Order: sequence, then structure tokens, then C-alpha cells
Amino acid sequence: MRRHQHLSIAGGRIVLAGAALGLAVAPSFLDAGGLTVLTEFLCLLVLALMWNLLAGYADIVTVGQHAFVGVGAYAFYGAVVLLGVDPYLAFAAAALMAFAVALPAMVIVFRLRAAYLAVGTWVVAEVLMLIAGKLPNFGFGSGVSLPVRVAREFGARPDVRFATIYWLAFALAAATFASTWLLLRSRIGLGLTAMRDNEEAAGATGVNLVRARIICFLWTAPFLGLAGAIITLQKLRISPPASFSIIDWTVFVIFNVVIGGIGSLEGPILGTALFFILREYLAQLGTWHLIILGSLSIVIILIEPGGLWGLLRRVLGGDLIPVSHRARPGFETNRKS
Amino acid sequence: MTEHATILEIAGLAKRFGGLTVIDGLNLTVGEREILGIIGPNGAGKTTLFNLVAGVLQPSAGTIRYAGREIGGLRTWDRCRIGIGRTYQIPKPFAHMSVFENVLTAAVHGAGKSIRAAREQAEAMLALTGLAADHAQPAGQLTLLDLKRLELCRALAIGPRLLLLDEIAGGLTDAEVDTLLGIIQRVHEKGTAIIWIEHVIRALRKLCHRIAVLHEGAFVTIGEPGAVLADSRVKTIYLGE
Ligand SMILES: Nc1ncnc2c1ncn2[C@@H]1O[C@H](COP(=O)(O)OP(=O)(O)O)[C@@H](O)[C@H]1O
Ligand SMILES: [Mg+2]
Repeated sequence: MRRHQHLSIAGGRIVLAGAALGLAVAPSFLDAGGLTVLTEFLCLLVLALMWNLLAGYADIVTVGQHAFVGVGAYAFYGAVVLLGVDPYLAFAAAALMAFAVALPAMVIVFRLRAAYLAVGTWVVAEVLMLIAGKLPNFGFGSGVSLPVRVAREFGARPDVRFATIYWLAFALAAATFASTWLLLRSRIGLGLTAMRDNEEAAGATGVNLVRARIICFLWTAPFLGLAGAIITLQKLRISPPASFSIIDWTVFVIFNVVIGGIGSLEGPILGTALFFILREYLAQLGTWHLIILGSLSIVIILIEPGGLWGLLRRVLGGDLIPVSHRARPGFETNRKS
Repeated sequence: MTEHATILEIAGLAKRFGGLTVIDGLNLTVGEREILGIIGPNGAGKTTLFNLVAGVLQPSAGTIRYAGREIGGLRTWDRCRIGIGRTYQIPKPFAHMSVFENVLTAAVHGAGKSIRAAREQAEAMLALTGLAADHAQPAGQLTLLDLKRLELCRALAIGPRLLLLDEIAGGLTDAEVDTLLGIIQRVHEKGTAIIWIEHVIRALRKLCHRIAVLHEGAFVTIGEPGAVLADSRVKTIYLGE
């Protein structure tokens, strides 16, 4: 690696750390509107990191990720409103419920591969949304608002509440990122990275592909459920079409990861950040927003399957977020064969 | 046959792809300390045989016993875990991982070591196969020859009891072939049985205890290298004379 590349990587890391620091102090300088956008950003970042883990590493190209967001939303509502659970404990209910749904869903999903898997995950998600619309205590198909008393538990004044919800989203995104980073650095992650590059060779090298897929699938569910709970808290409402929105929680997320760079940690971050920047400028275009992002992701996949991060990485010559393992320094000169 | 115990026992093995019969009632017994060479024209089914033993393909008929047990129900990674290591004729590197990580993955998942213990194993294998200087390179940037070295290195890092080598000597200079022979000799001395598909006859002749000739999905002859290579049928089939 050349010297200017070392400098670029260091520079990239400083930008990344600066952004993280900015997020950590955002409530002290942003108004409610700004915090709302950043809360959404953090939730979508969580969804992107999880979709990337499944599709980018474990070859589980799901288009049913919104199912777990919706289940988390409904479980949160059910726990806090119907069961009167402490609002903070209700988050645990969202995570657990998403995990509980992932277990049987996995059995269906794992019988399918490739295109069938995509369709299968979508069908499972649609069925769950239809079931949600049949629940009398959850307002049937039109959904129901979160009672004011629940919202007030997170802050009596709206500005306090927005800050609290932001912190929850920040904590979730930080936990998702850190744990996924640790996962990728572990022996499981080594196997996942090998799977990403060549599935057959990974199997021949001893990587248990089925176990790796199960771990990833179950890993993502609670994080997605928690994101659903935070989204609910922010929107103060659950409803089948919004809580189980395939466009918001799956399609956009796929675009973001593909544009940013699938199969890396940097890609989902870059893609989600770009999505929010573009959204600020493209929002008034309505549906065109979706069409432009979709076209962009197709163009990018044709030019560089590794996405924007793939291009950038070639310039930088290394990862900003290190997940790789190295030999001990100097071993190649200490040993002579 | 050697006097040692059997590591691999294949009986009545068949593989059809649609109407195309590639392996056709093949029988083979390989000893625990044996080096068996396999030759045969392109398309004879040599690689398919390895894919069947490694579990990438399911046989249409027949059984494969490894170390005394039927392994038909085992997935590729389970077969790797019990000691079946293989190289790919067309290399399948983990292209975006470093050379070191490629080998580390094999030592962690194939040999079941912790990352710490695997690191040492990976370094030793890199040194053995002459890849140490390239350890930090992305595997996707290696030359074809180095990719073949990496195939060997990764297969060795799983700690194989049975090593399946698929055309790893093609394109090497005479000196490089000699180095390769030295490596394989060392691996064999540590107690690994080897099945080696190769077109470089000189290499096979030097190391193999037996050579088998595959033609139209079954072995035409199998035996001591000198005798097999002198066989007129082999010349006809193999050299297309
Ligand atoms: N997965 C497959 N599907 C269909 N045909 C295959 C497949 N793998 C190998 N074959 C065919 O089987 C024959 C033997 O191939 P192979 O085992 O690669 O030969 P060799 O290694 O001896 O050159 C060839 O005709 C090849 O086209
Ligand atoms: Mg072949």
C-alpha cells in the first residue's frame, strides 16, 4: 500500500469518526425537525446493516425484512398499551417477538434458494401483515395511535421526547453496528466473509453454510424488531401498511445497500447517508424519488457490483472499518521454507 | 494395494447429468498411506469424481466410505471437518480476502481451531507452499500459478487425512514441479493419503504408489506406475493414438 493511500484511509476514518461524534452530540444543536430526520436515518441504518449481513454475506436475499419491523412495532404496541408493560421493557418484547417469529419463518425460508427465497420471504411478510390487519385490539386494517400517556413516558415536552427517541435510535444503531462488527471479526464472520466470496469453496473449506445462515437470520430479527419499536414511537402509530411497509423498510433499504456497496460494513453506511442527502433534494419529486434510486442502484450494480464503496475502496486501497485478520508482522521473513 | 488400512472405499459409483453418464460403476480403494495418481483425457470425469467424494455432487448410484463410514449423507463442510481436503482445478479463491485470510479460514473452519491457534497453522502452511511473501495480497490479485498454490495451501490448512489434488502442476517449470513434489512428499510423510489428478506424468511417476486411468467413467487399469504407463491401452486412450 502506498503512502498516500495510508493517508486517505486515515482521512476516511477521521470523517467516519467525526460523523459518529456528530451523531453523538446532535441533540445539543439540532431542532426537533433535524432530530426526526436523524432518528429515521439511524433506524434505516440499522435495517441496512441487517439486510447487508443477510444478502451480502449469508446469501439470504430477503425481500421480507419489513416483516420483522412490523412485528416489532406491533409487539411494542401490544406490550406497552395492551399489557401495560413499562415502555422501556416493551422494547425487549419487540426484540423477543421478532426473534420468536424468525424461528418458524426460518424453517420456511431455508427450504428455498435464490429467487424462490426472495418470493418466499415476501410471502411470509405479506401474510404477517394480513394477520396484523385482523387483530381487533390493534385497530384492524387501519391501525391505531399510541396513547398520549405512553408518549409522555419518554418526555413530557415534545422536544424532550424527540431527544429521548433520538437517543434510543442512536443506542440501537451503535449496538447494531458494534455487535455486527464483532460478529464479522469472529470465527463466524471469517466463514461469512468466505461465503460472500465463494460459497462452494467456503463449504469445501469447512464453513458450515447452513449454520452460518441460521445465525445471521436469527441475529437480524431482534435488531429489526427494535427498529420497528423505535419507528412506532416516533410515528406514534401502528398500522399494517405503514408498520409492514415493504417500500420503506425493504425496498429503500435494498437500494441503499446496493448503491453504497453490498458485502462490506462501509457500504450500508455510505448508501444510507447518501439516501438521506438525496431525499432532501428529491423529496418534492414524489414517485420519481423511487424511480431515480432504483435506476441508480441498477446502474451501479452494472458498473461496480461492490457499489460506491467498491469504487472508493479501490482508490483508498483498504477498509475504513477493519474486519480483516493479519499474519503476525514479519513472519514471512522469520520463516524460510 | 498397500498393507495399510483403507481410507477411501468407493463401490459402484455412478453420476449422470441428465442423459450424460459421466461416472459409470466406478470402484476404488485407497490406502491410508497411499499416493494414488489419476490420469485420463479431458472430460473423462476426473473432476466429477472429486466432486462426488467432496460432497459437491450427489451420486446417482453407489457408495463412498471414508475412514470406515459411509459419508453419502454428509455435507461438504462435514466431509472437510473429518479430513477430506480438496483443491479446485479452476481455482476458487476468496477473492476479496487476503491470501492469509483464505488460509486462516481453512485452519479455523476446516481444522476447527481457534483464530489464535489457526493463525500459526496458516502461517506455517503459507511458508510451506511458498506464499508467505504474498500473505497480505488480496487473493483475487494473484496470478494463476499463485492461485494454484493457494488452493494447495488452503487444502493443507484444514489438516487433511485425505487430500484431493486436481491438476495443480500444470504450467509449472521443472524446478517448480520439484518443489511441489517436495511439499507433497512432506505432507504424505505426516500421514496424509493423496489422490492426485494430473497431466504432468513425470510428477506422478515420481511420487505415486499407483496410477489409475479413467476413461468413459470407469478405471481402465490401475496399478504400479511403470506398468500402467507402459500399457498399450493407456497409450491409446490417453494419447489418443
Ligand atoms: N455440473 C455438471 N453438469 C453437467 N455436466 C457436467 C457437470 N460437471 C461435469 N460435467 C460433464 O461431465 C464430463 C466430465 O467432466 P469432468 O469431470 O470435469 O472431466 P475431467 O476433470 O476428467 O476433465 C464433461 O463432459 C462435463 O461437461
Ligand atoms: Mg478436471
